[in-house]
Amino acid sequence: MFPELNDLLNTTPDKVEQGKLTLLCDAQTDGSFLLHHFLSFYLRANCKVCFVALTQSFSHYSIVAQKLGVSLTTARERGQLVVLEGLKSSVDVFFRAQEEPHPLQFLRKASAGDLQPLYEFVQEALKPVDGEEAAWRCPVLLMDDLSVLLSLGVGAVAVLDLVHYCRATVCCKLKGNLVALVHDSGGAEDEESNTLLNGLSHQSHLILRVEGLATGFCRDVHGQLTILRRTLSQPTVQGERRLTYQYKIQDKNVSFFARGMSPAVL
Amino acid sequence: MAATAPCGSGAEETGSEAAAGKPGGTSFQRKGPRAGGLDRGGSRLVSIAGTRPSVRNGQLLVSTGLPALDQLLGGGLAVGTVLLIEEDKYDIYSPLLFKYFLAEGIISGHTLLVASAKEDPADILQELPAPLLDNHCKKEFDEDSCNDKTPESNIEMKIAWRYQLLPKMQAGPVSSSRFGHYYDVSKRIPQELIEASKWYGFFLPEKLSSSLPAEPCYLTHGYLKLLQFIQSIIYEDGFDGTNPQKKQKNILRIGIQNLGSPLWGDDICCTENCDNNHNLTKFLYVLRGLLRNSLSACIITVPSHLIQNKAVIARVANLSDTVVGLESFMGSEKETNPLYKDYHGLIHIRKIPRLNNLTGDISDVKDLAFKLKRKLFTIERLHLPPDLSDTVSRSSKQDAAESATRRGPGCGMMAGGKKHLDF
Repeated sequence: MFPELNDLLNTTPDKVEQGKLTLLCDAQTDGSFLLHHFLSFYLRANCKVCFVALTQSFSHYSIVAQKLGVSLTTARERGQLVVLEGLKSSVDVFFRAQEEPHPLQFLRKASAGDLQPLYEFVQEALKPVDGEEAAWRCPVLLMDDLSVLLSLGVGAVAVLDLVHYCRATVCCKLKGNLVALVHDSGGAEDEESNTLLNGLSHQSHLILRVEGLATGFCRDVHGQLTILRRTLSQPTVQGERRLTYQYKIQDKNVSFFARGMSPAVL
Repeated sequence: MAATAPCGSGAEETGSEAAAGKPGGTSFQRKGPRAGGLDRGGSRLVSIAGTRPSVRNGQLLVSTGLPALDQLLGGGLAVGTVLLIEEDKYDIYSPLLFKYFLAEGIISGHTLLVASAKEDPADILQELPAPLLDNHCKKEFDEDSCNDKTPESNIEMKIAWRYQLLPKMQAGPVSSSRFGHYYDVSKRIPQELIEASKWYGFFLPEKLSSSLPAEPCYLTHGYLKLLQFIQSIIYEDGFDGTNPQKKQKNILRIGIQNLGSPLWGDDICCTENCDNNHNLTKFLYVLRGLLRNSLSACIITVPSHLIQNKAVIARVANLSDTVVGLESFMGSEKETNPLYKDYHGLIHIRKIPRLNNLTGDISDVKDLAFKLKRKLFTIERLHLPPDLSDTVSRSSKQDAAESATRRGPGCGMMAGGKKHLDF
């Protein structure tokens, strides 16, 4: 968890907003650091987390989380964290001819598009258990990342449906949060990706968009982050609803600063 | 400043030292391997020949067979990851990188798995370059660099002495290092080395000769066969980290040639909107799942200029760990441009993985060019030659300089208009 980002978003692990969909979007750079932030943030906030990890192996997330001061293994043992490891499961689905339904069962289907098992997995993972109710604050679903589903042959509409179902369950019914990462391919080349991104932007309450600098690579400024709030209930009292910052990723932290105010430049 | 210390024998001390002492890192970094990386069992793995732990994240690395490229990729290729090579237009230089990778495996005693739809893997192995081994490599390398009219490389500089301290992109062969070797592309690898090595070949036409697929096809048949083949070898030979076997652990090097070309039965090169344009990405995803759980590293060359749908290329790059693009000057207008006369093409490091870390190993140098000398394939920093004549047309110079800066961002970032300033 990066304290500076918490300040920008005006949240702390002690006061977590509920029922929100946060969209993380990266264009021509790697936005996975935001996902690591939210993962450690919600674990710190004592939320029950379901993590659909499609891009990297569990040990990668675990080691990065360790650097941010959270242990995923302990969280998993305590039952606070449920992880669906996409890379590992895909091998299982492909080579072990098992008949029992698997969340990623669609990999073996000729015409993919059925994400119902995945939704059922999420529902099962976040289902409130009677004895546990007091232990965890609210359920959170994290997805890294939805663009992988497109690459695996699922249509954009099917992914949007999945998000809609998850939102209905997690955000509305269970009063929890949903965080999803999507790649912005940029331009009109990837139509499905654009459909997905636009559809998600339409639904989400908070959009964090990360882009590389337009002028190219820089050692001291790694990119810029745009924060866009779409909460209509609160009128724009705090001024801007769209804020842009530049950031620099360090070993264990990310520092944010106003545009052009990098310590290396000043 | 420590950098002012004179440094007489600059040529020999690069290599691993230069990689470790690269500027930009934090001052204290753990050098030892960290247990429980992507592959379990940290320190025991170091005993495998031809590997070393990463300075940055403790990940076990193997060499790509090209020490200059290793250095650019942050020390080497991490075990369990995919290196994707975007082929140059006429597929002249990418097979070289492919063969370097395999030859390095033979020298290090790794097991090889060669997959191709075009050539018989046995023939590919016959054409691997010969290694420049310790005793005579120094001589050969000196000879080669002398041919290249740089005899002053060993002379102490008197005026621009600071340049002497710059890390060199192409270092001389380091005789003591067992990680990464140099190869002589003009000679073939000795027959006895191939015979002594253990390798598996996957030649698509042979594997497809059986019956046609009867089951409903959720993946192109060639891809499916290859995945099953790789999986069976990983499982049977104990590269599978989860099923420890008593044998000495070894690395499996997988090389897949021209993946995605029409020969693989994939039609993404033929039409823009086909129904199964996610076959390649699906294959890559499952392959990556296989690699992540085993002691293997994989090199794939993809004819990305043939793929019609540009969206597929972006997705393929997203799904692989390291992406390196080759752009040869062959047949392009840059071939005749005097600014590029020293080089054969440009090499773009498009993506470097972020493993076990928030940041990746981003090298400071983005403008890189390659050159195929008589014996060596070298990667160098792209230098524009000094403008000595009055006749050089200003426009062409500006064009080249502009395109050089536009290429600059490399790793995933793109440059927009030249008028825009970020700060």
